[in-house]
Amino acid sequence: MPRPPPHPMLAYTLRRVLWIIPVLWVIATLTFFLMQAVPGGPFTQEKERPPALERALQAKYGLDDPLWEQYGHYLVNLTQGDLGISFTGDRPVSQIVRQSGFISAQIAFLSFIVAIVAGMGLGTISALNHNKLLDYVGVLFATVGASIPNFVLAAFLSIIFGVQLGWVKLLGWGGPAEVADIFSPSAYDVSKMILPVVSLTVLPAAYIARVTRASVLEVLSQDYIRTARAKGLREFWVVMRHTMRNAMIPVLTVMGPIAAFLVSGSFIIESTFGIPGLGRESITAVQRRDYGLIMGTTLFFALVVAVANLIVDLLYAVVDPRIRYR
Amino acid sequence: MASQDSVARTLFVDQHDNAMAGHRGLWSDAWRRLLQNKLAMLGLVVLVVVISVASIATRVSTVERHDAHEISTAKQLGPTPGYWFGTDQLGRDNWSRTLEGVRISLQIGLGTQLVVLTLGLFFGVLAAFGGKLTDNLVMRFTDIMFSFPDLLFVILLREILFGRDIPFLNGTMLMILAIGTIAWTTIARLVRGQMLSLGERDFVMAARALGASRFRIVTAHMLPNTLGPVIVAVTFGIPTAIFAEAALSFLGLGIPAPAASLGTLVADGNRFVQVNVWNVVFPAGAIAVLMLSFTFLGDGLRDALDPRTRG
Repeated sequence: MPRPPPHPMLAYTLRRVLWIIPVLWVIATLTFFLMQAVPGGPFTQEKERPPALERALQAKYGLDDPLWEQYGHYLVNLTQGDLGISFTGDRPVSQIVRQSGFISAQIAFLSFIVAIVAGMGLGTISALNHNKLLDYVGVLFATVGASIPNFVLAAFLSIIFGVQLGWVKLLGWGGPAEVADIFSPSAYDVSKMILPVVSLTVLPAAYIARVTRASVLEVLSQDYIRTARAKGLREFWVVMRHTMRNAMIPVLTVMGPIAAFLVSGSFIIESTFGIPGLGRESITAVQRRDYGLIMGTTLFFALVVAVANLIVDLLYAVVDPRIRYR
Repeated sequence: MASQDSVARTLFVDQHDNAMAGHRGLWSDAWRRLLQNKLAMLGLVVLVVVISVASIATRVSTVERHDAHEISTAKQLGPTPGYWFGTDQLGRDNWSRTLEGVRISLQIGLGTQLVVLTLGLFFGVLAAFGGKLTDNLVMRFTDIMFSFPDLLFVILLREILFGRDIPFLNGTMLMILAIGTIAWTTIARLVRGQMLSLGERDFVMAARALGASRFRIVTAHMLPNTLGPVIVAVTFGIPTAIFAEAALSFLGLGIPAPAASLGTLVADGNRFVQVNVWNVVFPAGAIAVLMLSFTFLGDGLRDALDPRTRG
């Protein structure tokens, strides 16, 4: 039998990190040719431009080169961290991705935290009060929350709290626009942040609550929990040390899909609330055939999802030492 | 060959088709468990009612009452005896529009799962039986499609499909293709995993030992045993697809007008929500009812088909 490598975890981590490169390459390739197959170019307009101007514009952005050459250029530039130029406003794509990505990241991060805390809290409370009133309330929230689409929720919350009650402001995002302002309280406007985060959070929170409840119930019926109780351990420690740690594993499996869901959700929420984030940016990019920006946003989102899945897989090892690395 | 199969069945308990007298098979067992699940039955009944009402509505004038595209002078009404769900900004009957929206959203949900099933089974079976290299290539491709930002993919594909004149396919079908092309990865992984683990099971080895052909083993023994988890995944896939299409329609990136899915109706109603809230309430409620029913049914099916995971 071959000897196991000295650091299986390290080798596994390395392999998983390196695997992101071919993933991004294939996604870049697919997006590149899909986007070129979309009818109409960035300079196609209702009104005919003089052919000379059209040609000059095409030449300026290298769009008159053969497709394979454009593709090659893009990849070469990409390896040097150059995402190209956005056709609208002539701004570097990397600058747009950085600015709007920072806003989207705040929404996603806040929603992720709220979803985990609310979902796991609710699921655990439900499970610990199995078949009592609190359990029914939790299950009701988890079921109803999982069946209300986020754009419907956003619409209703806006009507109630924005229009009727006038408690919150509706358009835009209340977080800081620059990374430098992240610790200055004056950069935050909480009344603009609540509704987008709540609309985005309810569905994943409901989903996490369902999974957590089932998982905690499963663990509570295990022999080692009975043992822990039998040896006189305080209920608090039975729950915290023995139940939660084991109940985390099924919850972790849904974290990857939830990261992907938050990416999709950001498209909808940002468009609904008029937030200048990356999701809204990428929708307008497709509509304007802004090739550079389409590529940039797709690659960024793909990277986020890939990294989230990587972190989830690595966290398994921390929570569940039984998992082997192949 | 039939005689060999029956020997295999007598010798080894075949999970999917237990022909021995006095024993219930997997399917009747699962059906019995499903019948006992109140929430799943509720979901099933609601779905049967909604689907029948939506599909007979066009033929029965007492149900449909008004044409979904008929414009009247009765604009922005609330629920009244003449217009059960009220009317929209053009005076169209919301009840008829919601029914049409349900029809289109259901078509999207079911149609997408047909595409998903076809692609998922194809890639799953290909990976399981295509040899090591094919398996690796197909599964890595599946992984990559899984990390593709799905809404962005659908939007791109939608632009490509809608920008061309494709014969015989209407907007709804193109939308089905666009969503189905990215959503098959879960089924492919599921089918491959099931096939590989079933290949190690005793009843499959028995059939192989008795000389059953490869084709017969796959079609008679392995596919039926893969069906359970696949049915569950498809049941959960339907509301996901309905949701995806509704969200895209809400953003104005769904099927083209005049066809209106539930998402389009919510988006339309939302523009005039301060005048008439009912234009949003009914289609939004319809989406919630559909999603809830499919989720209940899916939960019930999962518990019924795999008793080990009962919560």
